[in-house]
Amino acid sequence: MNFDFSDDQKQLRDSARKFLAEKCPPKAVRAVIDGKAPYDRELWKGLAEMGFLGVAIPEAYGGTGAGHLELCVIAEEMGRALAPVPFSSTVYLAAEALLLAGSEAQKEKWLPVIASGDAIGTLALFEGKGNPSPAAIKLAASGGTLDGVKMPVADGAIADFAIVAARTASAGRETDISLFLVDMKAGGVEAKALGNIDPSHGQAEVTFKKCKAETLGPAGEGWSIISQVLDRAAVLLAFEQIGGADRALEMGRDYALDRIAFGRPIGSFQAIKHMLADMYVSATLARSNCYYGAWALSTNAGELPEAAAAARISATQAFQHCAKNNIQVHGGMGFTWEFDCHLYYRRANATALSLGSMSYWEDALIDRMRKRNAA
Amino acid sequence: MNFDDTPQEAAFRTEAKAWIATHAPKQYEEELKSSSLGRSVLKGADFLDVAKAWQKKKADAGWACLHWPKDYGGRGASPIERVIWQQEEGAFGKLSFAFIIGHGMCGPTMMGYASEEHKRRYLPPLASGEEIWCQLFSEPAGGSDVAGLRTRAEKRGDEWVINGQKIWTSGAHYSDYGILLTRTDATVPKHKGLTMFFLDMKSPGVEIRPIKQANGDSHFNEVYFTDVKIPDSQRLGAVNDGWNVSLTTLMNERMSIGAGIATGFPELFEFCSNLMLEDGPAIDDRGVRSKLAQWAVRASGLKYTNMRAISALSRGERPGPENSIGKLVAGSMIQDISAYALDLQGAAGVLSGPEDAEAAGKFQAMLLRAPGTRIEGGTDEIMRNIIAERVLGLPGDIRVDKDVPFNQIPTKGR
Repeated sequence: MNFDFSDDQKQLRDSARKFLAEKCPPKAVRAVIDGKAPYDRELWKGLAEMGFLGVAIPEAYGGTGAGHLELCVIAEEMGRALAPVPFSSTVYLAAEALLLAGSEAQKEKWLPVIASGDAIGTLALFEGKGNPSPAAIKLAASGGTLDGVKMPVADGAIADFAIVAARTASAGRETDISLFLVDMKAGGVEAKALGNIDPSHGQAEVTFKKCKAETLGPAGEGWSIISQVLDRAAVLLAFEQIGGADRALEMGRDYALDRIAFGRPIGSFQAIKHMLADMYVSATLARSNCYYGAWALSTNAGELPEAAAAARISATQAFQHCAKNNIQVHGGMGFTWEFDCHLYYRRANATALSLGSMSYWEDALIDRMRKRNAA
Repeated sequence: MNFDDTPQEAAFRTEAKAWIATHAPKQYEEELKSSSLGRSVLKGADFLDVAKAWQKKKADAGWACLHWPKDYGGRGASPIERVIWQQEEGAFGKLSFAFIIGHGMCGPTMMGYASEEHKRRYLPPLASGEEIWCQLFSEPAGGSDVAGLRTRAEKRGDEWVINGQKIWTSGAHYSDYGILLTRTDATVPKHKGLTMFFLDMKSPGVEIRPIKQANGDSHFNEVYFTDVKIPDSQRLGAVNDGWNVSLTTLMNERMSIGAGIATGFPELFEFCSNLMLEDGPAIDDRGVRSKLAQWAVRASGLKYTNMRAISALSRGERPGPENSIGKLVAGSMIQDISAYALDLQGAAGVLSGPEDAEAAGKFQAMLLRAPGTRIEGGTDEIMRNIIAERVLGLPGDIRVDKDVPFNQIPTKGR
């Protein structure tokens, strides 16, 4: 048994970590948070040059064709560095949807420009509060045009194209949903940036008015495709989350070693040690669930839906736990703008919502476990 | 990344599977499968008799203590082969319960410190279950603070004379031998005045009194020593070096107890799948689902953490202190899960009789046994200290008694 990444994949992790340490220090994250740019263009270009944007895109479409285990490795490092770029929307959502359901022409048009860093993509799914569900999709498609509003759309204000979930009938059934591909530079679509708890990633309201759109995948199968895309993105995002969780834990550990109070390092107090030990436990359990998710994703195993939900829940919990208690270990300094703790806290809580909330995934996990038990 | 055996591992698995299929005591399989924490008896048979018979059968065929050398009753197998054996042994592994301490802790300590003659005399019957061993460390004055123990060993000629009391000794009432940690010098700091021995539990002056536990069972004992004589040849390690000897034992304890520890989750999932609440099956309830999902990912997290450790073993690496998380996570889980299972039963959750209670009272028995799992083999707090200090590299506690002669350490709080 080798339930671990290979030596080559570990080397890739080392080079990604080195690259990001140099090109994406906290200063770069703060530049985006402070509104100096909507995302880090230099970093995006660098990621393309490193081949990281196309790591799971086949060579025929301009990627490196390495695979999804390699993408998991890079995702972890992106999360660790809080990379302020539209990586998750473009690579985990848009590219995965194209790979799953795109026509030959759509793949040829968009995948190479994703890999080269020349196109940003996203998935426009949500319409206000609530979790992913066919009934929540009101945006209407008829005669090749879309009318409605999506919100929040991750990176919607900087995207070159969006994959839009729309309904073609009104009953709210799964088969009423179809997917469309929209060129955001064409007419009939308007994006407005919205304030959000983690400004290192943009969120937008996107309005479609008689917007021309081409279908992505067979009509009536939109929901089935979305479900698969969400599962795949859940595993990838879970790797970002454990990357962030590990970094938050390290920050807390380092501060506990350096900070002296009552004449001793605060890391010698059991109250602090035990808090950090519990963070380690969360992060370790999440990492192990993520590895299982990575295995299922990379082998297209039938276990993927269950493994993805478990990875998502576990990694969300671990990142929130580590980010929150990292601030607690830091005490007052952890609640200042200058310390980086809040960057992780913001990311942890934003990521926890981006593919549907905890309760959505809890529900999904139990459904999937029951299905397996019944089989 | 894969879950596949190497060809060598696959061959070993096939051989183990075939042997188990032919020889395991199948008549007890169902009962063993459904036994859970706080309830592990076999109807119409003595658990220990069945366990000893299975262990002897395994030993005769070379399947006992797989990772021990052949000369000492083992198989000379690799660590990964031992894991494969455990996977294949499945529910029959629960029969190893009485041997865990002897095989996991006493055996390795004997192997490290006993004379060659003693190893050849004592290890094979320990491996085969013909002789059972216990571990005599904890005392009323020294639980988590093991080095605070007060049982005295005094040298008289070629013998040592033991006086004092041990507590929480698992299985002392059916043990033939034990390893014993004593104080041999009270004028030096506590860690520097300890010495380890092994002894015959039938020695004159050894008195064993079962402890009635909070759940009503009696698995642990108090063991009293009154002028018990141990030959110097049964000393393990140098005089006053017992602390270092005990570290070997304790690290082995955490490894053996941490392997495949029960969480209560499979039982709860099954229970919630079948239990009818007022408005339908419990598992359709949103609140129930949320709880189940959170425990599900802890259970799967432990499972795959274990898989990662096995992969490391398979590559020839040694498992480290990070394996302390198994017991820490599972202990709280089983306690919380059993309390929740009772809550789902409403007022009737209070009933404990197998005929009256839901799931034959399994969760009530689990609830009452659960507090012990967070204490035995290292408390939750000790486990967190191990993670904090040995995994995360945080400083040790400031020890006010570290450099104080043992006989000057205060013995009363107020």
